[in-house]
Amino acid sequence: MSESVDQGHETAETLHGFPVTTALGQKVVFVDRASYVQVLKKLADDSFDMCVDLTAVDYLLMPNRAVAAGIAPERFELVVNLLSMTRRERLRVRVQVSESDATMPSLFDLHPGTEAMEREVFDMFGITFEGHPDMTRILMPEDWDGHPLRKDYEVGRIPVQFKGAPA
Amino acid sequence: MTVLDDPSFASAGTDEGGQELRSRSELTAKELLREAGAVLRMSESEAAALADVQQDIGEDQSMIINMGPQHPSTHGVLRLMLELQGETVLRCKPIIGYLHTGMEKTAEQLTFMQGGTNVTRMDYLSPLNNELVFSMAVEKLLGIDGDIPERAVWMRMLLSELNRMSSHILFLATNGMDIGAISMMLYGWREREEVLRFFQKVTGLRMNHNFIRPGGLAADLPPGWRDDVLDILEMLPERLDEYDTLMTGQPIWRERLQGVGVITAREAVALGATGPILRSTGVPWDLRRDMPYLRYDEVDFDVVVGSYGDAYDRYAIRLNEVRESMRIVYQILDKMPKGDYRIQDKKVTPPPRARIDESMEALIHHFKIFTEGFKVPEGEVYVAIESPRGEIGCYIASDGSSKPYRMHMRAPSFVNIQSMPHMMRGSLVADAVAVISSVDPVLGEVDR
Amino acid sequence: MGVVQNVLDDGIAGLQHNFVTARLEDLVKWSRSRSSWGVTFGLACCAIEMMGTGAPHYDLARFGMEVFRASPRQADIMIVAGRVSQKMAPVLRQVYDQMMEPKWVISMGVCASSGGMFNNYAIVQGVDQIVPVDVYAPGCPPTPETLIHAIETLHQLIEDGELMRRREANAGGASVHLELPTEAAASVSVALGTK
Repeated sequence: MSESVDQGHETAETLHGFPVTTALGQKVVFVDRASYVQVLKKLADDSFDMCVDLTAVDYLLMPNRAVAAGIAPERFELVVNLLSMTRRERLRVRVQVSESDATMPSLFDLHPGTEAMEREVFDMFGITFEGHPDMTRILMPEDWDGHPLRKDYEVGRIPVQFKGAPA
Repeated sequence: MTVLDDPSFASAGTDEGGQELRSRSELTAKELLREAGAVLRMSESEAAALADVQQDIGEDQSMIINMGPQHPSTHGVLRLMLELQGETVLRCKPIIGYLHTGMEKTAEQLTFMQGGTNVTRMDYLSPLNNELVFSMAVEKLLGIDGDIPERAVWMRMLLSELNRMSSHILFLATNGMDIGAISMMLYGWREREEVLRFFQKVTGLRMNHNFIRPGGLAADLPPGWRDDVLDILEMLPERLDEYDTLMTGQPIWRERLQGVGVITAREAVALGATGPILRSTGVPWDLRRDMPYLRYDEVDFDVVVGSYGDAYDRYAIRLNEVRESMRIVYQILDKMPKGDYRIQDKKVTPPPRARIDESMEALIHHFKIFTEGFKVPEGEVYVAIESPRGEIGCYIASDGSSKPYRMHMRAPSFVNIQSMPHMMRGSLVADAVAVISSVDPVLGEVDR
Repeated sequence: MGVVQNVLDDGIAGLQHNFVTARLEDLVKWSRSRSSWGVTFGLACCAIEMMGTGAPHYDLARFGMEVFRASPRQADIMIVAGRVSQKMAPVLRQVYDQMMEPKWVISMGVCASSGGMFNNYAIVQGVDQIVPVDVYAPGCPPTPETLIHAIETLHQLIEDGELMRRREANAGGASVHLELPTEAAASVSVALGTK
């Protein structure tokens, strides 16, 4: 049973059974992995038919961040931005992904445009997507070790000596 | 021992292993279906109509060739692997990453004030739009997005529209050159120089300006700017009409672009394509009109929409968008208000240089802003604007410090490139070049 | 025929140096510097400025360089314009190797010269780690005037023959000599990968 989305009120609301927060005028719904594809399918039928962006965040250094009530924060979060052109609205979906089991179902069958985005998340964070047709790296060379955007991955700066600076 | 003797260096070839296009026999059914577009939620009849290309060819009849990454017409370092049957393209796989700069990782090391220098180099053909979306996201997190002075907002609009014009003129130049009208390359750069000269006068740099910053802009418009903009606006219409004569009505141009690279509206929405690609299919979606930002709801302009979804429509859309941008700039010239060019919040924008001599507080604020940076409250935000290539979005997650915890740019070209294989199916190799050119990718934002 | 064999072995340098051949050498260097063609190696923002330098306003054609050949076999100068990522580095080396002697490299922009503002895991910190560079052009991006200055510097070096003399001292330009790092240099560690 889903309740209709409440416009402009910051009360505790739900969407398809999952909590929604509104901050800075932007709606965010927190979904769990088991219902992820289902909820997105319902949202796509409900006019949020364009998946604009799919990315991830590594919250290793922010374990106590604010999430919605009833959601247990994990190390990784998958963030999906949806757009409804008919209603001129955006909606953000956040899914917690644990470090030990960093896999998610792929959205490729529903939104083919997520193909490259999911590959980038895999390349940069190491989250694999089941059902993706081509789960390979996209930005780094194929034999690269590690996932660069993780917080425990070094920036890789080389020390720079400035002229006249003490050695 | 030289590099040539070192065996490990010799083996570091250009083979990208699993990222490359594999031959048919190695493919899973799912990947084959992806190439055929059957997963685009098409009906049975639509999928059956796709039997324009022979599907059951044996492996010895097709060959996989590699185009790029160093190639004169792949618009930067885009590598394409094409499966050809004779001259017909069956499957195509773009391989990207040759310009990956680690900008999102670098953004975590730079303060919010310095972030503009980083993001401006992503889409290097419209750098002011990158800075604009980044600044808007930071301002939203700071909560000052409603307090930006009017003049700053209108100045941002002026620069953004001029940047759109210069980017589309560059598209006309490179599109012309890719199709074979080499003189178009020279004409396009001639127009672009005028706009870049104006940018140099205002921002100090021809490209990668770092001018639009959180809180407003870095400096005010110089005296005499109105005349400079009017000079550009008076010179352009005649030149655009010249291009109409040179290209739009010309039979060779039409033969090469009409019907090439067709994409339907359903496919474009499913693939996440935005900007001229989506508008060429008939969907009138333009963020400036439909989800207005800055003061686009106070200016009058048309959204140019195509009907066939082919490369010719995309060319015509961009040409006419230059004209629409000119209309907008005329209105901005009339409506530009007086006032501050940045918000007077001492915690966010630095004080004027002269005040540093007078006031200790100003000196301290200047020091803190430029060394440590201003702190942004914890939270996350996604802001999107209409760049010349489509919807560019900036997703920032902040942890309360002076550097972003995570900054992600939703680059339009990254998503638009996914529509290229669908556009190229069944066309000739020469059309492949026309299709790449009509998608107008900028590899800086594809790879970030 | 000793003269012919010398030329076959050593090129122009194989001729016995006298008044006539010196003038011939000068003629060759003079013409090389005035009609060197570049290979298209535009990578990022600097490529746009490079195209702007070839455009009518700044006009590289007056220096004989308007033609940018796509095939490295037909080009003399490689202007590395833009940031070189880890994935692109082997491609850069391959294109450089395919160019025929004499060849020169201009490193355009700070990203090509030293990694620029991107001091991180993804960008090669200076293309001189991969190919030998003759002229560095700083700027982000260098304005067309800076690039023309760099090109003219290179042309002057070609005409003086200084580059060819340096190459002979270092046994040619095609190979890059690596010195294995000493203990002192090895103590400067670069952390790459998972902490």
